[in-house]
Amino acid sequence: MSLTKAEKAIILSMWGKISTQADAIGTQALERLFASYPQTKTYFPHFDLRPGSAHLRTHGAKVAAALGDAVRSIDNIAGALSKLSEMHAYVLRVDPVNFKLLSHCLLVTVASHFPADFTADAHTAWDKFLSIVSCVLTEKYR
Amino acid sequence: MVHFTAEEKAAITSLWGKVNVEEAGGEALGRLLVVYPWTQRFFDNFGNLSSTSAIMGNPKVKAHGKKVLTSFGDAIKNMDNLKGAFAKLSELHCDKLHVDPENFRLLGNVLVCVLAHHFGHEFNPQVQAAFQKVVAGVANALAHKYH
Repeated sequence: MSLTKAEKAIILSMWGKISTQADAIGTQALERLFASYPQTKTYFPHFDLRPGSAHLRTHGAKVAAALGDAVRSIDNIAGALSKLSEMHAYVLRVDPVNFKLLSHCLLVTVASHFPADFTADAHTAWDKFLSIVSCVLTEKYR
Repeated sequence: MVHFTAEEKAAITSLWGKVNVEEAGGEALGRLLVVYPWTQRFFDNFGNLSSTSAIMGNPKVKAHGKKVLTSFGDAIKNMDNLKGAFAKLSELHCDKLHVDPENFRLLGNVLVCVLAHHFGHEFNPQVQAAFQKVVAGVANALAHKYH
């Protein structure tokens, strides 16, 4: 599965808007993840996960920054996220099922923040993009 | 079995009261067919599904989306007994329609995206969490009679 030219254009153009609120988007996606899928909190026993916490905001910003890196290297996401991929494989070892859950919550966050832009085609583009990012992050698992 | 708190039921019922079932149904089914094109396999007789605009404008998609979401609305009236409420539909989807239950999960998540898109910030993390429980409950209920 790879992104078409049109899908890349959608992602790039929407990222322009998203990046102005990237930290908030990343943070809200995590809040949604922990609210809807409480089992994902098991990866963060060392965090204060209450909404608004500094831990959440810092981590949300990290997630958003990584997505930004992927967008800026949209033709080579594997290259851009190589270190992060290793970290998830050897250190974090987050079960692969959870990438779908966070991807869904990112999609919901983007949909709720950018109603005019979140067309059916944009929905497809983002779903594919996040699938690709998830694949890259799990590709070194075994 | 899924258990809903009073707060969850209130959040769900309150938001659902504002949903235009016809519009949202068409939107949700349309987006399912666009975002996950392999789901079109169940709709060979729906006519033109050749592009995003064809799908989103297709009258059969809209009509069927309305039907599906109306049924979903029945779920919301029966949150304490989803398996009972969907028993017959579950048999239908297995024996006659031969639909892989994974598709119920896909449609449930697309519906959540449509609600987020429509309601924006009102569809906050707590409301989303409640709806994720409903869509998961419905998906499980629809799969319950499979054999």
